[in-house]
Amino acid sequence: MIETVLFWVCAILGIAGGIGLVINRNPVYAALSLILNFFSIAGLYLSLRAEFLAVIQVLVYAGAIMVLFLFVIMLLNLSDEPKREKTFDIARGAAFILGFAFIIEMLIIFRNATPKELPEDFSFGKTEMIGKLLMTDYVFPFEVISVVLIAALLGAVVVAKKYDYK
Amino acid sequence: MSELLTPNLFLYLAVGAVMFTIGTVGVLTRRNAIVVFMCVELMLNAVNLTLVTFSRYMSPESGNAADGSMFVFFVMCVAAAEAVVGLAIIISLFRNKADIDINQFNIFKW
Repeated sequence: MIETVLFWVCAILGIAGGIGLVINRNPVYAALSLILNFFSIAGLYLSLRAEFLAVIQVLVYAGAIMVLFLFVIMLLNLSDEPKREKTFDIARGAAFILGFAFIIEMLIIFRNATPKELPEDFSFGKTEMIGKLLMTDYVFPFEVISVVLIAALLGAVVVAKKYDYK
Repeated sequence: MSELLTPNLFLYLAVGAVMFTIGTVGVLTRRNAIVVFMCVELMLNAVNLTLVTFSRYMSPESGNAADGSMFVFFVMCVAAAEAVVGLAIIISLFRNKADIDINQFNIFKW
């Protein structure tokens, strides 16, 4: 029962957050809508019983990454996106039609997905399990990801640095 | 009635698909580079949700049930790295033209 309520509340809020991201002209409002969406996805992870990922979602996405986005938006002091001259141009129409076709196609494909019957107490996504996997089966990707993160860090400094060409 | 409302595999996948499509339409229609970038984050999150759903409903009982969670964990790390580099690029673009409208940037256009 509680799972059902959690799922529907989070699903509706998540989709509303996504739509808010796309339709808001002010980038700060768009970023706040995206934060709503991230919290809803954390709730969906909870209803899927992936507690670790729910916590990481709130900490890393809603916390760290979105603060970074808001920081940059406010640093650049952006104005609202201006209205288009034409309300409906061909690129926009094509985007909406393709998006609609895509979603219909996805729903038809997912209609045929059959879930496995799992026991009620099936352990899934527990923090203990993830910690063990991280140090055994996934130890190589775990090391590689640290290299990726340090490369991103150095790359960001190099790209955003101000150079004086004289 | 409550049988119909109970979350199942299809409903979770449908939510993921709807979020992904909203992100795609946002990438194609918006012109503010930061908003386009946030739409990409939305698409990444939709795919993460799909991965966790498949892991929850379709993983074999004998195998590692947390494989989907591991994938999502690594996708999140890559997304964080991507966000950092992307925002650095946006800052250096802003420094050149004092604008981040993506239609302004066609310096690579031949």
